[in-house]
Amino acid sequence: MIAVRARKALREFALDVDVTFGDGVTVLAGPSGAGKSTLLRIVAGLAVPDDGRVALGARLLEDEGVRVPAFRREIGYVFQEYALFPHLDVLGNVAFGLAARGVARARRERVAAEWLERLGLAGHARARPTALSGGERQRVALARALAWTPRALLLDEPFAALDVATRARVREHVAATLAGLAIPVVLVTHDPEDVAAFGAPVVRLDRGRVTP
Amino acid sequence: MLIRGAVAVAAAALVLFLAVPLAALYAHLAPARLVAVLGSPAALAALRISLVTTAASLVLTLAFGTPLAYALARGAFPGRGLVDALVDLPIVVPPAVAGLALLFVFGTRGVFAPLLGALHVRLAFTTAAVVMAQLFVGVPFYVRAARAGFGAVDRVLEDAAATLGMGPLRTFVRVTVPLAFPALAGGAVLAWARALGEFGATIMFAGNLQGVTQTLPLAVYLGLESGDLDLASALAVVLVTVALAIVVAARMLERRAA
Repeated sequence: MIAVRARKALREFALDVDVTFGDGVTVLAGPSGAGKSTLLRIVAGLAVPDDGRVALGARLLEDEGVRVPAFRREIGYVFQEYALFPHLDVLGNVAFGLAARGVARARRERVAAEWLERLGLAGHARARPTALSGGERQRVALARALAWTPRALLLDEPFAALDVATRARVREHVAATLAGLAIPVVLVTHDPEDVAAFGAPVVRLDRGRVTP
Repeated sequence: MLIRGAVAVAAAALVLFLAVPLAALYAHLAPARLVAVLGSPAALAALRISLVTTAASLVLTLAFGTPLAYALARGAFPGRGLVDALVDLPIVVPPAVAGLALLFVFGTRGVFAPLLGALHVRLAFTTAAVVMAQLFVGVPFYVRAARAGFGAVDRVLEDAAATLGMGPLRTFVRVTVPLAFPALAGGAVLAWARALGEFGATIMFAGNLQGVTQTLPLAVYLGLESGDLDLASALAVVLVTVALAIVVAARMLERRAA
């Protein structure tokens, strides 16, 4: 469970939320610029709230005098434009989180290869991310975020960069992958179709506040 | 038609003006004589001093220039604009002036003279002074290139590395530096080349002592002054050949970056 209470001044309004995300998928919905990405970044430790408290299960990540840096939070993150490392091949991207934890090369490459297999990317292990299609990159980003078994997963508009034709197919694929996870998963979207497709609890955010 | 002809003539004249003097250096000595002169003690000493001092100034350039370049590209600190301008300054300051400035600070009557005296350290007119002069004139080329290189690395990639569990220092080594590498390498090559050709600041601050502070450009100058034109031209050939190799290498790096 992720429990987050956060206040942060944005350009036109203030983000001001007190919300919990249980295990399994929660869709964080709302119009563009509602503060969804900022909330996600605060949970991940990529943005600092003006005031707030973030806990992942029993572990306190952010509070008065407490700030666990992003790289120690063990929260996977799928970025909107995927943010794949262009200097590494697909396998190196997926193995990155394991490399960060000092897992030996042979083992991390085996685990990464298993993830590529599972997501239908086995033939692309040695390809550069720039050589992949949008849908393939999306899956690499998902595999990279999950291969090191994070304690939570955050996805920031994971389908926004895809063309409409690819979107429906990738959405199904992602939904199937996320369905098997027993960790809190927060998926940010402004697209009503995503909300409908996941059939998951929905938290709506508008102008920085949770709305019913 | 007339304009076209005029352009062609002007362009050809300039190309010849640049190429002929450099080619003339190669024509001055027969290859056998060139080899013999380069084997002389004065030439070997200058080669050694140049190699050692430019290697040292390159190490210092990377060690101190990299953090500064990163701070300039990423950090928001007070006086950043001022620091940015200051770093560019040695590129346009005449080298002799730079040498004089170094003498004022690190010379035997300089600002730091009491401190250096107490530590029994002498800097001016030593090999260390050569390195300092090279660092002073060369490091801006590296910092400029590295600053641009770091600035071009998408910060979201560093964020991604953080969410994957990689700490800031390892992220720098494994993500930021590899992505900025063409710019870093290009800047390092330029800084090293500038250090290798350094003359004005060196002769002011380090003097021209064979085997101690006499680098290749200084030996070329001394060769000309003392009437040993063969020594001067042989060492000049070395310098032009290195310059040629650097231009080619820089081109290749640029192509790789693009």
